[in-house]
Amino acid sequence: MEALVSVAIGILCGSGLWLLLRPRTFQVIVGLALLSYAVNLFIFCMGRLVIGRAPIIGTDGVADPAAFADPVPQALVLTAIVIGFATTALLLVVLLAARGLTGTDHVDGRESG
Amino acid sequence: MESSLALALIVLLPFAGSLAAAFLPSNARNAEAWLAGLIALACTALALALYGQVAAGGVPRFTLPWLPQAGLEFKLRMDGFAWLFTLLVSLMGALVVIYARYYLSPQDPAPRFFAFLLAFMGSMLGIVLSGNLVQLVVFWELTSFSSFMLIAYWYHRVEARQGARMALTVTAGGGFCLLAGVIMLGTIAGSYDLERVLAAGDAVRAHPWYPALLVLVLLGALTKSAQFPFHFWLPHAMAAPTPVSAYLHSATMVKAGVFLLARLWPVLAGTDLWFALVCGAGLASLLFGAAAALYQRDMKGVLAYSTISHLGLITLLLGMNSPLALVAAVFHMLNHATFKATLFMAAGIVDHEAGTRDLRRLNGLARAMPITATIATVAAAAMAGVPLLNGFISKEMFFAEAIFAGEGRPLRIGLPALATLAGVFSVAYSLRFVHQVFFGPLARDLPRAPHEPTRWMLLPGALLVLACLLVGIFPARTVGPGLSLAVASILGEDMPRYSLVVWHGFTLPFLMSAIALVGGVCLYLQRYFHGQQATGNAPLRLPFSGRRLFDMLIVAMHRTAERMVRFASSRRLQPQLFLIVCMALAVGALPLLARGLARGAAPPTPVDPVYLLPWLMGCACAVGAAVQAKFHRLAALIMLGGAGLFTALSFAWFSAPDLALTQVAVEVVTLVLLLLGLRWLPRRIELDDPDRRTRRARTRRARDLVIAIVVGGALAALSYAMLTRPRVAGLARFFADRALPEGGGHNVVNVILVDFRGFDTFGEITVVAIVALTVYALLRRFRPAPESVELPRAQKEAIELSGVRAFDPQARLPAGDLMIPAVLVRLLLPMAGLVAIYLLLRGHDAPGGGFVGGLVMAIALITQYMVGGAMWVEWRMRVHPQYWVALGLLAAGGAGMLAWALGRPFLASFDWHFALPLVGEVHLASVLLFDIGVYLVVVGATSLMLVALAHQSFRSPRGA
Repeated sequence: MEALVSVAIGILCGSGLWLLLRPRTFQVIVGLALLSYAVNLFIFCMGRLVIGRAPIIGTDGVADPAAFADPVPQALVLTAIVIGFATTALLLVVLLAARGLTGTDHVDGRESG
Repeated sequence: MESSLALALIVLLPFAGSLAAAFLPSNARNAEAWLAGLIALACTALALALYGQVAAGGVPRFTLPWLPQAGLEFKLRMDGFAWLFTLLVSLMGALVVIYARYYLSPQDPAPRFFAFLLAFMGSMLGIVLSGNLVQLVVFWELTSFSSFMLIAYWYHRVEARQGARMALTVTAGGGFCLLAGVIMLGTIAGSYDLERVLAAGDAVRAHPWYPALLVLVLLGALTKSAQFPFHFWLPHAMAAPTPVSAYLHSATMVKAGVFLLARLWPVLAGTDLWFALVCGAGLASLLFGAAAALYQRDMKGVLAYSTISHLGLITLLLGMNSPLALVAAVFHMLNHATFKATLFMAAGIVDHEAGTRDLRRLNGLARAMPITATIATVAAAAMAGVPLLNGFISKEMFFAEAIFAGEGRPLRIGLPALATLAGVFSVAYSLRFVHQVFFGPLARDLPRAPHEPTRWMLLPGALLVLACLLVGIFPARTVGPGLSLAVASILGEDMPRYSLVVWHGFTLPFLMSAIALVGGVCLYLQRYFHGQQATGNAPLRLPFSGRRLFDMLIVAMHRTAERMVRFASSRRLQPQLFLIVCMALAVGALPLLARGLARGAAPPTPVDPVYLLPWLMGCACAVGAAVQAKFHRLAALIMLGGAGLFTALSFAWFSAPDLALTQVAVEVVTLVLLLLGLRWLPRRIELDDPDRRTRRARTRRARDLVIAIVVGGALAALSYAMLTRPRVAGLARFFADRALPEGGGHNVVNVILVDFRGFDTFGEITVVAIVALTVYALLRRFRPAPESVELPRAQKEAIELSGVRAFDPQARLPAGDLMIPAVLVRLLLPMAGLVAIYLLLRGHDAPGGGFVGGLVMAIALITQYMVGGAMWVEWRMRVHPQYWVALGLLAAGGAGMLAWALGRPFLASFDWHFALPLVGEVHLASVLLFDIGVYLVVVGATSLMLVALAHQSFRSPRGA
């Protein structure tokens, strides 16, 4: 499993980076989204892969951190997901406005010569 | 009153008054003047009340802890010197306020003037009373700032803005040097406390840092006191209203520099370096200022250069390393303040009543305004050093010191000779100032018919001139006690013997005074009869001037900055991103290569074949999205969703149900968002893309591919190395142990979000809210590209098929293809709302929470829009997303502040348990209110953004 998840993170990151370096605004937005999947997964993985043990304390009230997944990276990633959506929206609107103003969807606001 | 309280009040009152003055109505000149005047008088009275204690050798102190970790405390202390200056600043403040009340015209906004004047007074008193050097620098900068605001008072004038900027740049630059010097001083002395620094004089002078710190402190003091070569800002500062010039630029603020030199005299003075630097700057300013004053056209210009010259005289005295010279310096600080402020006020009156300050146009005003003329003449005589006036006594003390200061033949003869020469100039420009303006035939073509101003405008000057006379005739009885008190507090044990009398007999200094007087009169007469009138330029053509250097420096700084930006930066995004990625790779790779990326020791998790399926889908979708994003945007978007779904499944698989829920919900809104954006992008078709085949494009693509593969591979290797290492307990135990007993929740992730790291979450929802408002604001000014304005083809076809063109508000269902889905989503809305609230409420104990609840609700709302169309939906319900956002922030902040009511810190959680009939036991926690706030913000922000974007379709073609 570890190898599978690592490869998936690598592929998500690589695809995202490739798009990030492209000249069209839509490519950059999609690239950022892919990159944020990779980064969120990576940070989440700091707590290692734990299957079937969500960090929810049972009714007995016994809280043994070894018995469930690490809650700290999960809490970090949760807000990152929502903020990621907000910034994607902001970026999209800025790029749309730039397209309206400059007439091109090139990231620099003009076609490269 | 307790003396420490009185001290605090002296500094506090002006600042409080400044705040009050700022809020008075703009034409309330009388109220402003009463306020400012009473505050100045109150400070004077407080200072006078403390006289007894200070005269008895006591030093009232006031201390407050400021930054105890850095060894800093806020400290005010009043010794004799500080007492004298406090009196000077507050008394002069009161007089200037009276004058300013009648000087300002009804059109001038009075609140701004008096607020900054009072702020300046407070800062200046703060400098004078500071018992801590760092605190002194803070007040020092505050005076620079208020001076800037006051010079730029008439900011519609170019010269006011330029003068203010120059004054601020020079004095604030000097203040920065001073701070550096003070920190060195404090480090050597082991404390920033003034008393301990003053006691550490020997250690400081012997320290190897002494030359550097002396230069830095002098840079601060000399810039502030407008000493050569930093004098050039003062004449430009004359663009300020005249009361400001009288108060700041002659009597008080420019004295801050020499005040500091006198204050630190016991620590820094007594070395050859001090003598050379301070005397050098002082002598140059004395001569240069006096000579330049002779050539000014503007009355205020004469006074500005003369101020430079007199401050030079004080600096020169301070540099002489002799206690007697220090006495003379302190004495002259007082004398100069009295006669120079009077002269500024007279210049202001002339300007006010005659309409010009040009010396070439003014003449014979004594006939029209005899009282002003008398006051100005006496003050100018004091400036020239005529006997029986205060200027004479301090100037003679200066001549006496000049004779004995130097060692070696050149200095022994040169210094007295140059001092006499400066005296000659000073007499000549004083005479010219008075004679040109007030004597001779009355000028005819003045802008206004000159007449005497109101009595209140004359009063301050009259009082000051009276002081000049009294001090000049009975020096020992008037100023004697205060002066000796001030000097004693600087010098301590080694008080010199001096006598303050008018007549010392026929001594060498008297001879020098006489030469100066006679020489000055001759010089003026010679210039007058030979018609050499003012040219406005300084007589000395120096190879460089401070002004020119300053301008060149500013220009050079701009140019260098531009050049560096051009060299180091690019306006193109791709190279920037490329460099950032390469840099990140290098920084990440270096430590890893050193430590190795080998497999760790943790036992591997067995591969589950079921996971392989989403895994394959996710990886394929990611690569597919990367390939298709340019020419098949919709396909890329769908595949992006596939990759997101894989991410959500991975979260769910590896025990993160909260993340999985949130990710799925976010996936939906992201997809809607990007779909809404698609319409405004230009068509791009693969076949007619020209730049795919060029060689350059191909190399760039190859390069980017390599980088993407390398970085992706590196991150994969890093993840693998990390995942195969044993788990680190880290903070997990802390949160797991406390989640239930202290947070009262079973879902640890949610407890962390709303409780332990609640402040963080509060910040994050604030960011989301701000982003939503920004998106909304940006879209209000959105202009689509011309070719995107037309309706998309699909929509046109749908309209043609259904035959429905116009929107019908009465229709019970939206017409067209979507009629049946519209019924379904209307049924969906209450159910989705229920699910959302269910997720929200159970979040504390089971997967869910405000974030995911809010997203589900927002999706339900946005579905209505998608299916029914924006107009149809909004005809029926007003969602007002802004209210949701505002209410949410209020709820979250209110939940945090509730804790204050119970005496706990912000966002501390608390809960109630109680039983309700039928419902059973209810457990209410403040964090629930917080989570409701999160929910409301997320609903509001998400729908605000999406709806705003959707509304762009209604833009009519004129928007293009």
